[in-house]
Amino acid sequence: MNEMLTIAMPKGRIFEEAADLLRDAGFRLPAEFDDSRKLIIDVEEENFRFILAKPMDVPTYVEHGVADLGIAGKDVMLEEERDVYELLDLHISACYLAVAGLPHTELNEIAPRIATKYPNVAAAYFREQGSQVEIIKLNGSIELAPIIGLTDRIVDIVSTGKTLVENGLVEYERIVDITSRLIVNPASYRLKDKRISELVERVQQVVKANLTVK
Amino acid sequence: MSSLFMFEKPLGMRDTLPAIYERKYKVKQKIDVEIKKWGYQFIETPTLEYYETVGTASAILDQQLFKLLDQQGHTLVLRPDMTAPIARVAASKLLSEELPLRLAYNASVFRAQQREGGRPAEFEQIGVEYIGDKTISADGEGISLLISSLQQAEVDNYQVSVGHIGFVQAFFQQILGTKERADSLTKYLYEKNYVGYRQHVEQLALSSIDKQRLNDFLKLRGSEEVISLAYQLIEGNQGAKAIDDLKQLWEILVDYEVADRVTFDLSLVSHMSYYTGIVYEVYAEGVGFPIGSGGRYDLLLEKFGKRTGATGFAIRVDRLLEALGNGKKLATAQCILFSNERRKEAFQLAQEKRQAGIHVITQDINGVKDVDACTKQYSEIILLVGKKGVEVVK
Repeated sequence: MNEMLTIAMPKGRIFEEAADLLRDAGFRLPAEFDDSRKLIIDVEEENFRFILAKPMDVPTYVEHGVADLGIAGKDVMLEEERDVYELLDLHISACYLAVAGLPHTELNEIAPRIATKYPNVAAAYFREQGSQVEIIKLNGSIELAPIIGLTDRIVDIVSTGKTLVENGLVEYERIVDITSRLIVNPASYRLKDKRISELVERVQQVVKANLTVK
Repeated sequence: MSSLFMFEKPLGMRDTLPAIYERKYKVKQKIDVEIKKWGYQFIETPTLEYYETVGTASAILDQQLFKLLDQQGHTLVLRPDMTAPIARVAASKLLSEELPLRLAYNASVFRAQQREGGRPAEFEQIGVEYIGDKTISADGEGISLLISSLQQAEVDNYQVSVGHIGFVQAFFQQILGTKERADSLTKYLYEKNYVGYRQHVEQLALSSIDKQRLNDFLKLRGSEEVISLAYQLIEGNQGAKAIDDLKQLWEILVDYEVADRVTFDLSLVSHMSYYTGIVYEVYAEGVGFPIGSGGRYDLLLEKFGKRTGATGFAIRVDRLLEALGNGKKLATAQCILFSNERRKEAFQLAQEKRQAGIHVITQDINGVKDVDACTKQYSEIILLVGKKGVEVVK
């Protein structure tokens, strides 16, 4: 029997898309994972264990080795800077990090403030631009900040831009493109080398095929 | 800053309580003995060093150094590793006879942690430095001694990954031309970011053949077969020299009969500028981080005024213990409870037992408030109380 692989996954849409990738790569996963409240899902046929985590926490589980593999957005990788291997771009859940704010506004010169869920990425970006800003960390609904006057700008994920429009915000600068990545713990990468390499190889084929179709 | 609780310690500092101490002591003992059997001599160096010398020469990033000032205003560091202090001692004192030097250490090192403050900021390392020998035999001896030490420590499942910085540098420079370009690609390896590496390669103005070569480089992982794959990938002599090294290393490891514990991973870059040749990391089941690492650092000794090669490794004792798990409970001591009338008898009996190698405590029964609780702590209780004969409880 193959040794077990533990895979940390973000809940929700990314999980579904990643599961599709694995199915396309020929892994026998159930057609549907019904109980959405479960935190751990075992797939005995393939000896996989999925851990369903908050997206921001996936690299943490992988770095500490309690998950061998993980699927994490590049946004999270940039923010967390964990010591893990980033092996594959899965080209799923494409989006980008952007600076946004209310239309026809400028960054306040006296108190330039940025609200974001990504304090490290935002700080690094504005430092590179040579502007000194105050970063205010929020945990969600970032769009609120400019509307209610907490900050003039936000740094957040944009996928379709719909959320921004709905809240009357516009995009000012595009920081970096984001897709989901397959990440691996360095110890697992050595000790479970054969299984992981095989999985990476198979998923890579599917990703390539998907890209040519598009 | 909020006021401290009386029991608090600085971030990342830990107490070692008896049970862990005992376990740690035993493991260290086994490894010490093995390292000595290979003829290495243990040394100690000061906890504090100058920032300007050892601090800057060390492989540890500046923001991880604990710094303080001495009374003359010099900046000091708590030693962040043992390699730099040993290089200092070797270059200034020991290395006069131009003979290879085999030194070992078992010491605490200090590294300030940026993230999750509870991570150890002080931890013990056991390691060796083999100075003044540039042969691949020296690298082979390091890896074999590391494996032998882990064997003695009874680690079950572990794997040593071996790379060669010289190969990475030669191969990248061959294709990319300049050191700057090679360095910016190497940085992706250092960050373990293969996606970024491939994207970077894609953007370079190179022939598709050269791009393919750079991408194939990431696949140089595995056993002996990696060597011939690597030969196919390079052109010319410079990179070939590094692969010759690896080929020779493999033969040496086969002769040591440890090759089954070793895999090649030529993308392994443990540090951006410190190592110069063969590098390695060791991973054990149950621990997400390397439990030890090592490699060749031929440039370090130069900083201390000696032009000579060196290689060495360090095992992190805390992670080694994690790899060993909880294991069986260690034996506890025996206890002789005595009253004043039979004190002498108790001391004599204890003396006999200690000479026989048994751990034993003598305890005045009047000093114990709860005899039942006391008896539970020890493997055996001997009561020497009143005028009766010896009573063994338990």
